[in-house]
Amino acid sequence: MWLGIDVGSDIALANAVGREIIAAGLTNDEFIRSATTGFDQYQESVEPWTLERGEAVTGVPAEGIRELAHAYAKAGTAQLCWTLGITEHHNGSDNVFALINLALLTGHVGRYGSGLVPIRGQNNVQGGGDMGALPNKLPGFQDVENDELRSKFELAWGSPLPAKNGWNISQMFDAMEQGDLRSLYVIGENPAQSEAQAERVRDLLRGLDSLIVQDLYLTKTAELADVVLPAAASWAEADGTVTSSERRVQRVRKAVEAPEGARADTDILSAVASRLGTDLGEPSAEEIWNELRKLSPMHAGMSYARLEAEGGLQWPCRSEDDPGDLFLHGRLWANPPEGPLAPFVPVEHVAPVDELTEEYPIRLTTGRHLESYNTGVQTGQMSSPKRLGGTIDLDPHDVRNLGVEAGEVVRVISRRGAVEAPVRVDRNLRPGLAFMAFHFPEEVDVNVLTIDAWDPRSGTAEFKASAIRVEKIGA
Amino acid sequence: MSGLEFILDGERAVAPAGSTLIRALSANGVETPTLCYLEHTSAPNVCRVCVVEVEGSRPLVPACSRLLEEGMVVSSDSSRVRHARKLVFEMLASSVDLSLVSEETGAWMREYDVDPGRFGPTLRTDGPAASMRPGHHERPDGLSFASVAQPPLIQDDLYVRDYAKCILCYQCVNACGPEAQNTFAISVAGRGFEARISTEFEIGLPDSACVYCGNCIAVCPTGALIPRTEFDLRASGGWAADRQSVTRTVCPYCGVGCNLELTVQDGAIVRVDSPLDHDVTSGNLCIKGRFGFSHVGAQPRSEPA
Repeated sequence: MWLGIDVGSDIALANAVGREIIAAGLTNDEFIRSATTGFDQYQESVEPWTLERGEAVTGVPAEGIRELAHAYAKAGTAQLCWTLGITEHHNGSDNVFALINLALLTGHVGRYGSGLVPIRGQNNVQGGGDMGALPNKLPGFQDVENDELRSKFELAWGSPLPAKNGWNISQMFDAMEQGDLRSLYVIGENPAQSEAQAERVRDLLRGLDSLIVQDLYLTKTAELADVVLPAAASWAEADGTVTSSERRVQRVRKAVEAPEGARADTDILSAVASRLGTDLGEPSAEEIWNELRKLSPMHAGMSYARLEAEGGLQWPCRSEDDPGDLFLHGRLWANPPEGPLAPFVPVEHVAPVDELTEEYPIRLTTGRHLESYNTGVQTGQMSSPKRLGGTIDLDPHDVRNLGVEAGEVVRVISRRGAVEAPVRVDRNLRPGLAFMAFHFPEEVDVNVLTIDAWDPRSGTAEFKASAIRVEKIGA
Repeated sequence: MSGLEFILDGERAVAPAGSTLIRALSANGVETPTLCYLEHTSAPNVCRVCVVEVEGSRPLVPACSRLLEEGMVVSSDSSRVRHARKLVFEMLASSVDLSLVSEETGAWMREYDVDPGRFGPTLRTDGPAASMRPGHHERPDGLSFASVAQPPLIQDDLYVRDYAKCILCYQCVNACGPEAQNTFAISVAGRGFEARISTEFEIGLPDSACVYCGNCIAVCPTGALIPRTEFDLRASGGWAADRQSVTRTVCPYCGVGCNLELTVQDGAIVRVDSPLDHDVTSGNLCIKGRFGFSHVGAQPRSEPA
């Protein structure tokens, strides 16, 4: 079943599905009673979301919503898997709550084969979070603002740590605008091309007192930098670990030498520390990992020897004889459930910030092609026979209405900027829906168009929903 | 799982119920030559290299697919078995270029003293297959073995289809289809000796449904499907297995965590595989994981392409 949902109506769909599950008597009442809180408020909140209203807001036929609700609720096991189409919205966190509510209604969580699965888009975005590369967490998801946890790290590192949460990326750009953030050290990221509303981002990066970039390549961000530190590729030119979507920590290993002058990230950071007057020595990847194991209880059992022998381990893995957890939240099925109950969080549909109007009538959503990766820094080096390049993909009806042809270069305009791109006809789209990949910023600088309205809880911008119009050039 | 008793080469042996003969033999220390068989995919059951003799069975049976039964009397090394394996290898090698089979298979061919030229001149490289479309039939000249020799198909920078080395084992077709990728870009076209693996209407791979995962390369037993880097190095004489090392790491792209085995020669990655027995993706990769490695290594780098 494929539901051609209108971009930005995920909560409407989930709430209509939830209402139908309740109305059809397909809820898992025992699980709701024993493992959750707030069902009554949730039921009240979804009551107005009839199948008909769902259809009107989402564009999905009522019968399709009904079929989905029944199939999901009746399945022996079912997973809700999502990627950035759910999270890259101004209300991305609410989108996720809407899905969690469905799992709680049906008990499709915390059991083998059932669950909520945010699929990670990078080989180590999970690992970055695990290691504390989040503004409010220390390694192992330990809260920065928890004095007891923080002092454990301060003791181990012999240095005081900021007692307040830091900024997420969207807050950082706002802070640059306010002049509160004047220096930036960017490791392995290309925000000059990857962030929404790219012109603003580049202006803010240019305006910094100092910008340091550590990367494999002289990216567009690195070109703006005061200092560039050439780095080795962590997956093939250095040793370490990464954590995949399923919380599985696995070893990466050095296979080839980095180019002359490029060094492993850990070497660079140690050297920078030493210039700043702190001697971190020259620890190996394993020594650094073993320090983490002492400070992060969820990683404590993951020795390099075990990672090697067992093909990776899934956290939490608290001791050397802990096999790790295949799935999370199994505690909710204990009788009585261990730990806090899982709350329903009622959420309301709010349309994308960038409104569709007569002037900007087409919904633009951005994303990836299978053969390319992010801003193309790595995959741009591969001679790919399947590369489509930077295009604006439109439904055949829209192409006809514009009076343009496949391959013709058109002007694409949003409230923030304009780019030119060749038209690609894609029958998988619908009238009023356009797609652009963000892999080819040198050809088509897509993020000039996107909106940086961001979710206050996640700090993630609404890449998935911009309003545009498309103009024939010379018309 | 209970054990079944059987007689293997005159000795009492035991293996779990539900075992194929090839696994039952392996569990008792007897290895079997194979070409089309891989432990981690369904057996295509076509090459007949793995035949063994089973008492009470008139024909030899393929060990890859026949299930063990209680009380079976199996001979893995009788003169009939040795003769059949030798002949199968010779017939295949007389019409197909087997120069890139695995070392194990090569060792078996030596064990059986395989001589592809035993029945006449071998492998006409300019044979009719060179110009024939799948299914196209041409009368043999009777002077030499018909062969599938044909120029390799080089249609992009990622991989080469060298069907002069193809034994039509269907592993690639299965990998492209239901076993792994569900893309169905290739299938068997034609019948009998003219059968070939082909895209729809024989169109070029870049224009076909192929997504360049290369999962067909991973299961090809004869090197007919081969990464371009390896093909070019072999063609120039630069492929040097004795200067290669293999390092296990994790793919740098998405969050699935596919394991990679990087074959490195002279400081450069020359081939990427994924371990077939790893439970994250059972050896399957996508175009980025298998081919997107040229951004690393010791060559100077400054700007992204």
